[in-house]
Amino acid sequence: MIRYLGKRIIFMLISLFLIVTATFFIMKAVPGGPFTSEKQVPPEIKAALEAKYKLNLPLHEQYFEYLKGVVTWDLGPSFTEKSSNVNDMINRGFPVSAHLGAQALLLAIFGGITLGVIAALNHNKWQDYSAMVIAVLGLSVPSFILASFYQYIFAINLGWFPIAKWEGFEYTILPSLALAASPMAFIARLTRSNMIEVMGQDYIKTAKAKGLHTVTITIKHAIRNALLPVVTYLGPLIAGILTGAFVIERIFGVPGLGREFVLSITNRDYTVIMGTTVFYSMILVVMILIVDIAYTLVDPRIKLSDAGKE
Amino acid sequence: MKKNVFALVSSIAVLGTALTGCGGGQQAAAPPAGGTPAAPSQPATPAAEKKPQVLKMNLHSEPPTADPGLAEDTTSGAIILATFDGLTRIGTDDKPHEAAAESYKVSDDKLTYTFKIREAKWSNGDPVTAHDFEYAWKRALDPKTASNYAYQLYYVKNGEKANKGEAKLDEVGVKALDDKTLEVKLENPTPYFLELLAFRTYFPVNKKVIDANPKWAGDAKSHVGNGPFKIESWEHKSKMVLVKNENYWDKDNVKLEKIEFSMVEDENTELSMFENGEIDWAGAPMSALPTDAIPALKGQGKVQTNPIAGTYWYKFNTEKPPFNNIKVRKAFAYSINRQALIDNILQTGQIPATGAIPPSMVLNPNGYFKDNDLENAKKLLEEGLKEVGMSKLPSITLSYNTSEAHKKIAEAIQDQWKKNLGVDVKLENKEWKVYLEDMHEGNFQIGRMGWLGDFNDPINFLELFKDKMGGNNDTRWENAKYKELLNQSAKESDLEKRKKILADAEQILMDEMPIMPIYWYTQSWIQKPEVKGVHQTGLGDVDWKGAYIE
Repeated sequence: MIRYLGKRIIFMLISLFLIVTATFFIMKAVPGGPFTSEKQVPPEIKAALEAKYKLNLPLHEQYFEYLKGVVTWDLGPSFTEKSSNVNDMINRGFPVSAHLGAQALLLAIFGGITLGVIAALNHNKWQDYSAMVIAVLGLSVPSFILASFYQYIFAINLGWFPIAKWEGFEYTILPSLALAASPMAFIARLTRSNMIEVMGQDYIKTAKAKGLHTVTITIKHAIRNALLPVVTYLGPLIAGILTGAFVIERIFGVPGLGREFVLSITNRDYTVIMGTTVFYSMILVVMILIVDIAYTLVDPRIKLSDAGKE
Repeated sequence: MKKNVFALVSSIAVLGTALTGCGGGQQAAAPPAGGTPAAPSQPATPAAEKKPQVLKMNLHSEPPTADPGLAEDTTSGAIILATFDGLTRIGTDDKPHEAAAESYKVSDDKLTYTFKIREAKWSNGDPVTAHDFEYAWKRALDPKTASNYAYQLYYVKNGEKANKGEAKLDEVGVKALDDKTLEVKLENPTPYFLELLAFRTYFPVNKKVIDANPKWAGDAKSHVGNGPFKIESWEHKSKMVLVKNENYWDKDNVKLEKIEFSMVEDENTELSMFENGEIDWAGAPMSALPTDAIPALKGQGKVQTNPIAGTYWYKFNTEKPPFNNIKVRKAFAYSINRQALIDNILQTGQIPATGAIPPSMVLNPNGYFKDNDLENAKKLLEEGLKEVGMSKLPSITLSYNTSEAHKKIAEAIQDQWKKNLGVDVKLENKEWKVYLEDMHEGNFQIGRMGWLGDFNDPINFLELFKDKMGGNNDTRWENAKYKELLNQSAKESDLEKRKKILADAEQILMDEMPIMPIYWYTQSWIQKPEVKGVHQTGLGDVDWKGAYIE
C-alpha cells in the first residue's frame, strides 16, 4: 500500500511538472500579451512594464523563475489586478468556490443517487420516467438558463432568495442548485443503469430467493456495487466543481475562483493563468488518487498494490 | 387518553397562533403595499430629509487597483475619483475647477503654473501638501513604477525624458516650493492642462502610507485618499462600501453618507437586481444594459442616455490595395447609412459620426461629409478603381473582435456595402488580444476600433494618426502636412489660432479617410428617480461627489 502510494505520488509530481511546462509554453505561444491593448502605450512604458514583471528575460529564464515560484508556492503578481498577487486571488477565491462546490456536490451526489435508485427499483414505471425526465432536463438545459430561471422564479416572483451576491447562507442556495443540476442528472443516470444491471445479477437473485427484504438487498448488496462507476466520475467532478464554475459564479455574482480561470486567459494574465492551472491540476490529481483509494472501500476485490504486476 | 387531549389542545394552540400570525402579517403588510394613502399625510420636506443618504450601485467588476498612479481602467478610475481629489476637479459644467488647489497662477508664456494648495487633510488625518503632488508625479514617471498612464505626464517638463530614463527624476518640472506651493513647468503651452490635472495620474498620493505598505491600495484598512469619500470596506470581488470622508475640504457639499457597491458582472443579473429594488442604478457608466432588454426599457421610457467623448470607427489598411486609394476609402465611408445602423441595431441614441472628433470637443460642427451619400460614393469608387487599375472590386475582408454588438454592426455594414457598392465582404472574427495584435501588425484590410477620450481636447484624437508606426495608428497612414499642423498646434498658445490649426488637421484626416467614422458613443442607464446629482462627465467618468437621495 505504502509502496503503491509512493509510486502514485511520484507520478503525480511528474504529471504536474508536465502540465506546468505545457501550459507555460502554450501560453507564451498564444498571440497577444498582457500589455497588448486598444490604447497602446509608448514603447518605453511597455519596456518598463515588461521589466517589472520580468517578461524581458529570455524565455527559459522566465520558465525557471516560474518553476521556482511553483515549488515555493509564490505564484507572482497579477498583471491586471495591480494590487493583488496570484496567491491572494487563490486564497480569496478558492474558499468561496469550495463552499459553493461542496454544497452543490452534496446535492448532486445524494440527489443523483436517490433519483437513480428510485428509477432503477421502479424500472419502466412512472417513478422511473419522472426521474429520467428530471435527469434529461438537468443534463440538457444549460446552467445559465437554469440559473436565470431560478432567479426569476425564486428570487423575483417568490422573493425567497436574493438574486445575486454572496453575503450569507441564503445567497448560496440558488447557485448551489444551479451548479448541482447537471452532475446530479449525470449521477442519476449512471446509478440507474448500473443498478438495473446489478439487480439482474445472480447474487441478487440468490438474495431474493433467500427471502431477504428488498431494502436490505438494495442497500447492502446492490447500491454498493452500482456506485463504482459513480465514484470514478467523482474525482474530476469534485476538482471541477470545487475550483469554480465560471458561468454560475458570474450570474450569481459569486466571488469565486471560476472567474479567474476564464478571465485570465482573455487578459493574457500569465501569472494567473499559470497559478490557477497549477492549482486546479493539483486538486485534480489528488482527487483522482482519493478516488482510487475509495475504490477499495466500495469494492473489496480491488487492492491498492501492484505486487501482482511485478 | 390524557396524552391525546394534550396533543389536541396543543395543536389547536399552535394552529391558532400560526393563523393569527398570518393574519397579523397580512394586516401589517397592507398599508405599505397600498402606499398611496399614507404618503400624502406626511409633510413632504421632513420625509425627504430623513431619506438615508445611501446609494446602492453595481460596480460590475472588481477594481484592479485604487492607486491613482497605476490605474488604467474605468472601474478603478471611478473609485479613485471618489476617493481622491486632484488639483482640479471637473464640475457639473464639464469644466475644470480648483479642488485640492485653492488658486493658481499661469506665467505669460503659459509654461509655468504655480498652485496654492488648499488647507486639507488626508483621510488618515495627515495634511495634504505640495510635496504629495511632487512625489506622486515623480513616482508615476519613475520607470520602476511601470505606470501605464505615465505618458499623461509627458506635458510636464522632462516628464518624457525621465520616464525614458534619459533624465533624472529631479529634473522633472514639478517642485514643491513649500508645503502649500507647487510649481509646475511644462514642455509646451498646453491649453488643456487644467483639464488634465483632473485626471488620476495627476492625483496626489500619501508618501508615508506607500512607504509603510507597498500594497496599501488593495485594502480598505490601508487605503488613504484626499477625496470626498473613503473606503470603509472592500471584500474583494464581492462588495465595496465607500463612506463620506470627514476630512475632505469640501465635505459640506458631499451629501451622500454611503455608497454600497456590489460587484456583479452579469448584466442581466444587474438588471434583475435593479428591478427587484436591490440597487438604485443599472447600466452605464460602470456597466451596460443587456442589449436585448434595451428596446423594452426604452418603451417604458426608463432609459437615459448621455453622449460621451468617444468615436467608433473602422480603420483601413492604407498600405494594401484597394485601400491604398483615397477615393476607394471615401467611397466605402460615404456609402453606409449610419442613422439606420443606430436606429435598428444600436438603439441607444448614438450620434452618426461624420468626423473623427466627438461632439464635446468638436472643431467643425457641420461634419466633413454626408451620411449615406450613395451618389458620391459610387462615383468615387468608379474613379478610385480606375486609378488603381481594377475593373471590379475584389472580395474584401472586414475584421472585428468577438462581441455580439461588433458582429451585428459588421453584418449590417457588410449588407449595406453589398447593396450600395456591389462588393463582396467577408467577415472575420478574432479573439480580442489576437485581434489587437493583428491590427497593430497591419494584418487586416478593414478593422473595427474605437477611441474614448482621455481628456477633453481634439488633440487626443488627432495625435493617434500622427505617426505611421505610432502605437495606435494601425492604418499605416501618414501625412507630412498633418504632422506639421499637429506640431504647430503644440507650440500655439492662442486658443483660437490653435483651434483653427486642429480643424485644418481634421480636414486632412477626413479628406484622406484612413479611418471611417461610424458613430459617437453614448452611455445608457436606468436609475431610480430619487437618485440625483450623479455627474457623468463628457469623457464618461462618473463623479458621486454631488450625488444625493431625494
